[in-house]
Amino acid sequence: MYVAVKGGERAIAAAHAWLAEERRGDPAVPELSPDQIREQLRLAVNRVMAEGSLYDPDLAALALKQARGDAVEAVFLIRAFRTTLPRLAASRPLDTAAMACDRRISATFKDAPGGQVLGPTFDYTHRLIDFALAAGLPVPPAPVAPPQAGPMPHITGFLDREGLIRPEPPSDAEPPDLTRAPLALPADRALRLQALARADEGFLLALAYSTQRGYGSTHAFVGELRIGRVPVAVEIPELGLAVEIGEVELTECETVNQFAGSKSEPPQFTRGYGLALGMNERRTIAMALVDRALCARELGEDVGRGPAQDEEFVLSHCDNIQASGFLEHIKLPHYVDFQSESEGLRARRAAALAGREAAE
Amino acid sequence: MGLLARARPDELARLWAGLGAEPAFDWLRRPEAGTVMLRGRAGATGAPFNLGEMTVTRASLRLACGTVGHAWVQGRGAEHARIAALADALLQTDRAGELRAAVLGPLAQAEAARRAARAARAAATKVEFFTMVRGEG
Repeated sequence: MYVAVKGGERAIAAAHAWLAEERRGDPAVPELSPDQIREQLRLAVNRVMAEGSLYDPDLAALALKQARGDAVEAVFLIRAFRTTLPRLAASRPLDTAAMACDRRISATFKDAPGGQVLGPTFDYTHRLIDFALAAGLPVPPAPVAPPQAGPMPHITGFLDREGLIRPEPPSDAEPPDLTRAPLALPADRALRLQALARADEGFLLALAYSTQRGYGSTHAFVGELRIGRVPVAVEIPELGLAVEIGEVELTECETVNQFAGSKSEPPQFTRGYGLALGMNERRTIAMALVDRALCARELGEDVGRGPAQDEEFVLSHCDNIQASGFLEHIKLPHYVDFQSESEGLRARRAAALAGREAAE
Repeated sequence: MGLLARARPDELARLWAGLGAEPAFDWLRRPEAGTVMLRGRAGATGAPFNLGEMTVTRASLRLACGTVGHAWVQGRGAEHARIAALADALLQTDRAGELRAAVLGPLAQAEAARRAARAARAAATKVEFFTMVRGEG
């Protein structure tokens, strides 16, 4: 219960002024610009874009600066800003097969057409702190090679052609939108994918890991992971045709999972799907595992073995803005609630003590 | 329109400034920032889902000669949208050639160079597998 009280204005204003000073830090150290954050802390920016559910690297960089590097606070700022903008259109479904890939790897097919392209990855680094970075030395240029001309087909396409993987029925159904209508359960896959695409990365990671450890295991292989840029096309009403209005960086992961088959379907592979705004490899793999775990009910698998298979549990708790809003509100004044609780407790204690005395 | 939409706003503004006198125009729609909901497909090929939004700015205007220009550009740049809408209109006039030479050509070149640079770096990270000779006997 909230009670309107007055009297904090001066303290609040002073707290915010101090916050601004602390945000700046030691004035003897040069100030960070949003450009520097966007270019040099790109993965932090990407996380804020993915969970803020808004592709705008400049805005995400500024939000990170304002939030003093707190990713969830920055996501909160982005979500709040998003609500001030009108929705002008929806894009045509992004064609990830046409991605200009910076990175594309498969853990299932060594010799996939297009090859294994590592891209700018942390993989195979030794995870030793690099003190040379503190010295601000110039970066030597990366090696180059003649660009690949051929297409980069989706790996699961090969399994598709063989009938080894459960098909992904194409459709042009208008998808549900949880930014417009409250989450309704049971949720269809489109709604689940939207929720997972903006879910907290830590929550996704933990759930995905739980499936690997046996809580609803789906035995996933990374069929393919690709990162790169994809054009965005929108039907423009003024022009009456679809035009490209930009380009976004995406990370896509398709997992290939075991499926024992059911009464209506033979044994086959199934897939989990992860897609995220920006280079966001860990969250995308985790999303694919959780997506597949949540498909258990539709596949007629034994559910209830793992929290990651519990749609209501996952979808109701995956949003870090909802979660932190409810969590953090308990630090705000609850004086009256608490007074009522403590008075109740005093009364019950007095009654209990009086009863004991009477018994003695 | 895609080229203008994807252009870096500072790059576009610099090239635009070199074009010479701007034509007079009236706004049909002043630059308006908004979002476009980006959609993906489940499993890359299946049913569409809402992935998240991106910021866009749109604008429409009419030149004194009556030609209408529209722009939808990525990001929140009002000036970016204004230039793109003017360019869209001018492309329908006899200044199209001049615009292509001074603005669109260099934009396309710069974009191609940026893409080629990334593709070349990616190609250098392609794994060339070789099979180690298996020891026999």
